[in-house]
Amino acid sequence: MTDPTATAAATQKLPFYQKGTFTVGNRLVSDGERSVQASIDRSNALTCGHRACQGCGEALGARYAMDAAMRATGGNLIAVNATGCLEVFTTPYPETSWQIPWLHSLFGNAAAVATGVAAAMRVKGRPEVRAIAQGGDGGTTDIGFGCLSGMFERNDDVLYICYDNEGYMNTGVQRSSATPPTARTATTPAIGPEPGNVFGTGKNLPKIAVAHGIPYVATATVADLHDLERKVMKAMGIHGARYIHIHVPCPLGWGSASHDTVRLARLAVESGLFPVFEAEYGIVTSSRKIRRPVPVAEYLKPQRRFAHLFKDAAGSQRLARLQAIADRNITEFKLLEPEEEAG
Amino acid sequence: MKHPFAVTLDSGSSLANLTGSWRTMRPVYVDRLPPCNHACPAGENIQAWLYHAESGDYESAWHVLTKDNPMPAVMGRVCYHPCEGACNRAQVDETVGINSVERFLGDEAIKRNWRFTPPEAESGKRVLVVGAGPSGLSAAYHLRRIGHGVAIHDAGPAAGGMMRFGIPKYRLPREVLDAEIKRILDLGVELKLNAKVDNILETMKAGRFNAAFLAVGAHIGKRSYIPAGSAAKVLDAVTLLRSMEGEDKPLLGRRVVVYGGGNTAIDAARTARRLGATEAIIVYRRTRDRMPAHDFEVEEALEEGIMMKWLSTIKRMDEGVLTVEKMQLDEKGFPQPTGEFETLEAESLVLALGQDVDLSLLDGVPGLQIKDGVVQIDANMMTGHTGIFAGGDMVPSERTVTVAVGHGKKAALHIDAWLCGAAHAPAEKHELASFDKLNSWYYADAPKTVRPMLEGVRRQNTFEEIQGGLDETNALYEARRCLSCGNCFECDNCYGVCPDNAVIKLGPGNRFRFNYDYCKGCALCATECPCGAIKMVPESI
Repeated sequence: MTDPTATAAATQKLPFYQKGTFTVGNRLVSDGERSVQASIDRSNALTCGHRACQGCGEALGARYAMDAAMRATGGNLIAVNATGCLEVFTTPYPETSWQIPWLHSLFGNAAAVATGVAAAMRVKGRPEVRAIAQGGDGGTTDIGFGCLSGMFERNDDVLYICYDNEGYMNTGVQRSSATPPTARTATTPAIGPEPGNVFGTGKNLPKIAVAHGIPYVATATVADLHDLERKVMKAMGIHGARYIHIHVPCPLGWGSASHDTVRLARLAVESGLFPVFEAEYGIVTSSRKIRRPVPVAEYLKPQRRFAHLFKDAAGSQRLARLQAIADRNITEFKLLEPEEEAG
Repeated sequence: MKHPFAVTLDSGSSLANLTGSWRTMRPVYVDRLPPCNHACPAGENIQAWLYHAESGDYESAWHVLTKDNPMPAVMGRVCYHPCEGACNRAQVDETVGINSVERFLGDEAIKRNWRFTPPEAESGKRVLVVGAGPSGLSAAYHLRRIGHGVAIHDAGPAAGGMMRFGIPKYRLPREVLDAEIKRILDLGVELKLNAKVDNILETMKAGRFNAAFLAVGAHIGKRSYIPAGSAAKVLDAVTLLRSMEGEDKPLLGRRVVVYGGGNTAIDAARTARRLGATEAIIVYRRTRDRMPAHDFEVEEALEEGIMMKWLSTIKRMDEGVLTVEKMQLDEKGFPQPTGEFETLEAESLVLALGQDVDLSLLDGVPGLQIKDGVVQIDANMMTGHTGIFAGGDMVPSERTVTVAVGHGKKAALHIDAWLCGAAHAPAEKHELASFDKLNSWYYADAPKTVRPMLEGVRRQNTFEEIQGGLDETNALYEARRCLSCGNCFECDNCYGVCPDNAVIKLGPGNRFRFNYDYCKGCALCATECPCGAIKMVPESI
């Protein structure tokens, strides 16, 4: 069997091909060099008929990640799901959209259950079966945070994937600790002197995960499939606690057009608001460089939850504070510096 | 069925839930018209042949190309490539070097001796083509491929028309032209040289032709009355360029003035320079931006040391001296005389003031209409006389090789339809794939490969070809810069970005299909399609 990490790295860079470098597939290269999603035989771990909204970023991100993990493990995979959109829209009893072994227990214990699954497989003498825990930002940054931190600090052999849509969406768009400042939610309405979510609150879970010193932490988006697949495959090539945080736009909660899901994810990265990076054992090792820089307004404007930023002078001031956050990310993660040579 | 404890229902798949019922807009795959194809006067399907070239299948690419245009090696050298002027890639970085890839394919075909597919069956009909220039050859080729018998009669000593007797060798080497003409003749096209047709109806009758295509070109150089002393040497550009094909090269002297502002003037001046003129000066009555000549040719001429004298008309020529009047542009941009004169030393004067058509073969043909010295034709390329069609420089047109080749193809299709007693109905044109239909994010930056140019200095006294060709590696690179505007290139984006797994991949060459049972109509596929090959249309609800 070929090394999945090396293959993933090969699909990452195809500079010879003027098109196909950023597209999902490329008819001009061999099957092995193409992305998992380009394959006619991909697992479709999350298949048709699920009840996610039109243009759901989370449904897309989950299939991208799980299909890549399925390829990396040769199909020896069990997924544990926290409560959240992903769980609700895929498994209205007795239907399921999952075409992989899949388990749901409680809102807050996905990391702990996955730890148990990994332990059980070890005990059964089947260590090749790997465990993934997944959840939304609510189940990860708020409700499941204790279990997750425990899984990190014990270095349990679990990959935890958080699909971050920046709020509690299926219960009616409430604020979570991943909701960005100024965003309007049902619990942070766009009224009063500080409309939307306030500045200076929330958690940056990727950085918290890095601080645990675990073997691998990465962020990704649904706008860069090659990067996302490479990271999932890399993570599955490592034992111990791993964490991937995937930015998934939510047309319902963000008030964006369903066809803009991938574009918004791309703009989140290109504006610097969502830094895409990798860290190993507590140290940031690489970041995905911005290709076509844009001001944050370009990312925020198509989302109705930020509409109040574009109404008056006070809105402009808050917009400038968001731009400052992006600028700080650009400096911190070196997002505009030239790509370092791989070595 | 026995269920485990606390389970009362079988677990089922969500495939039972047909989410396609949510849809108000439906994605459909479309083929839009790439701007290059739209702009090509020869009607080439450029995007389609580049698609084959991208995968290194040059022979298929050549076959697709030559379905429309039988002379890619000639085109790759003399075409003014309006395709590149329309190319959407210009808005990403630089246009795709379509012309250079076309030349590469043409040269490969000559090198590897690729042949045209002969007609499957003979129609039994015979068509007379008068003139073996680009439109005549093109018409003969298309008619022959359909299965008609074709004979070309040409007044000249060799086939090629203006490609041989008008375009200098440094732009079109004759062995390239000969090879592409031979391949057309090898299809079974009869060629009669030194056979000027004096009376078209008689010739058709004698040869039992069912139809005729006239493409005699415009070979008579226009003369403007310029008072000249008896010793003054005045000739026209067409004669000069034609005599380059003969044994005796014309003697022009060291200082040559060319009068005119078109491409022929540039060709004449550059030829004069190569014949040994130390000074070749183009005199033109307007300014550079108003010159009909293509700017890159003006640029190349300047690089070769050709001099330009703008806003001037020639009033008289005496031995060794020209009298020139200065002009100025009026508010409408027309040059007006100023009454200021100056003199210019010149041993000879070449007039490049346009060309006329020799229409003598049409004397006595009933129904023909001639206006402004050219033959009038209808939308089907037919003249006023039933069964006689015409194209190329002898009909109203922009006089370029590519337009002529396009005329030949179009006329052939109409002649075929006419012979079969039907009317040719051209395929409906697709919607244009303009830049706003594309998602340019998916195209990596890749600058155009610049073809090697011979040093300007070397060009001044040699008739060696001035522009080099691409080799296999950079031709492949150049072909792959194509954005495939409006036509699916199987990048798998729609298949990948569908959150509902509702795109079915049909395998290499077969593109994709929507699974409308589950497609919710989010339009992510259409938005993320790089080339604009997916369109959203309203559902009938």
